[in-house]
Amino acid sequence: MVSMNIVEKILCRASGRSMVEPGDIISAKVDRVMFHDLTGPLTVKAFKEIGVPRVWDPDRVVVIFDHLVPPNTERAALNQKTIREFVREQKIKWFYDIGRGGICHQVMVEKGHAKPGELIVGADSHTCTYGAVGAFSTGMGATDVAAILATGETWLRVPETVCVKIDGELGDMITPKDVILHVIGCLGVSGAVYKAVVFKGSTVEKMSISGRMTMCNMAVEMGAKTGIVEPDEVTEQFFKSKGMSYSPGFVSDPDATFDETYTFDVSKLEPQVACPSSVDNVKPVSEVEGVKIDQAYIGSCTNGRLEDLRLAARIIKGRKVKPDVRAIVVPASQEVYRDALREGLIDIFLQAGVLVCNPTCGACIGAHMGVIGEGETCIASINRNFIGRMGSPKAKVYLASPATVIASALTGVITDPRRVVS
Amino acid sequence: MIISGSVIKYGDNIDTDVIIPGKYLGITDYGELGRHALEGIDPEFPNKIKQTGILLVGENFGCGSSREEAPVALKYAGVKCIIAKSFARIFYRNAINVGLPIVVCPEASEKLNNGDMVTVNLAEGTIINVSKNEVYRTKALPEFILEILRDGGLVAHLRRRLT
Repeated sequence: MVSMNIVEKILCRASGRSMVEPGDIISAKVDRVMFHDLTGPLTVKAFKEIGVPRVWDPDRVVVIFDHLVPPNTERAALNQKTIREFVREQKIKWFYDIGRGGICHQVMVEKGHAKPGELIVGADSHTCTYGAVGAFSTGMGATDVAAILATGETWLRVPETVCVKIDGELGDMITPKDVILHVIGCLGVSGAVYKAVVFKGSTVEKMSISGRMTMCNMAVEMGAKTGIVEPDEVTEQFFKSKGMSYSPGFVSDPDATFDETYTFDVSKLEPQVACPSSVDNVKPVSEVEGVKIDQAYIGSCTNGRLEDLRLAARIIKGRKVKPDVRAIVVPASQEVYRDALREGLIDIFLQAGVLVCNPTCGACIGAHMGVIGEGETCIASINRNFIGRMGSPKAKVYLASPATVIASALTGVITDPRRVVS
Repeated sequence: MIISGSVIKYGDNIDTDVIIPGKYLGITDYGELGRHALEGIDPEFPNKIKQTGILLVGENFGCGSSREEAPVALKYAGVKCIIAKSFARIFYRNAINVGLPIVVCPEASEKLNNGDMVTVNLAEGTIINVSKNEVYRTKALPEFILEILRDGGLVAHLRRRLT
């Protein structure tokens, strides 16, 4: 038997082969396909142009509205109307309209549309998030997704796989976001182009699914095809606690090889900040403390989960957002929003002067609900700080953990969260 | 497939927010998208590329989001072919799918300069620098990808195959 790693095993199963090797071009059966309101119009257009009458399997298609929710322009409203009609006409089983779901990647995991060992394709670059539950998930464009809707298959180049091994216990206020920013800072934005990244090590083993989602979500920021964590007890517990069925999928063979292994000791890691305007322009917070901010934003598929909101609420409880700063919190889904409400987190934010918005990608893509203007600076718990990402090309975006973001909202300058809690 | 033109050169890690900012997503008029191509780094790009045709870039071109509007905007701005040291993988697929020829060639990416006249042969995997009389070799595109490009993109390709 040839030994294979988790990525090769999943692609092997999906392509019906007995083995695959990096560099092989395979045709693979897709277990689940997802698109949203922003990539939907082109997907639907391309599907109609292909000319087949029905999607290959309406039970395997998930459509989620999240980017422009609720619609911010007439154009967005019309695009959503088009997709709604397509969903109805094609009898697509899983449709999360406004008020039912939330940010697509959160919903995919939270509602059990991503399972260990599956091959999942989404018309969104952060589809790689579901590696957190041991799925091979990757983003493609609208036309690729339309082709999957028509055929149930896609072509893939079997990627080289790199192993990122992370060990050490995280200090107080140090989060999976700080870990992944540190990794990207070291490997660079083209550090894993075309490759798959397997996250291993004792730090990852101790992380919740929420933390693993943050890590896998940002694998694409190194150019990776996907990020993935091998399913374990944490994964099993996650599915069981939600009353969902669980099958363990795949893990790498003990003697499986990786293209490269990078090791990190994060026991002494301090909070990390990605400075404008590249995700790998990462510095320890001590080097950027004091930079004045206009807006602090917590949300997105990277860091808008309950764990993130709990951490932020713990820091800001009983305090106030600095008068000349706007703070915005965006729960990643309706479920996260309800849980946060039930736990009293929303009330803590409101009392502190934080604006709580509905689940949406919103300002993370510079669309609405917190777009920033020329000359402004935002610290955000999101995944990209490209020029123009959150609005004006003359604005600046710093990326950080929810803890660093909320600590900065309290002081009005970029701040080490350990300073405001001790 | 053989493509000729002169080169206009930009740098590394050019992301999709720079190629077509998020605020233009949802526009379905491709000509309109083309008028905003690369607006993030060079608002004059759509005027310049019409004179040249060949976009030359460094590594990891098209990193960032899965927005297919990125290669669409470049194609409708007048890009006939992109030569790069490397592409971000979603952009690479998207470019082929919308029928925009792309070539990975680190040597060409380093040696070509603004204004050089080139002839790109996708099936052979060669780039001829007509101005300097040099030839850069790269991997030829696999036949199935050439077929998609010849058909004008994945939609036309599947329409021919499935219907």
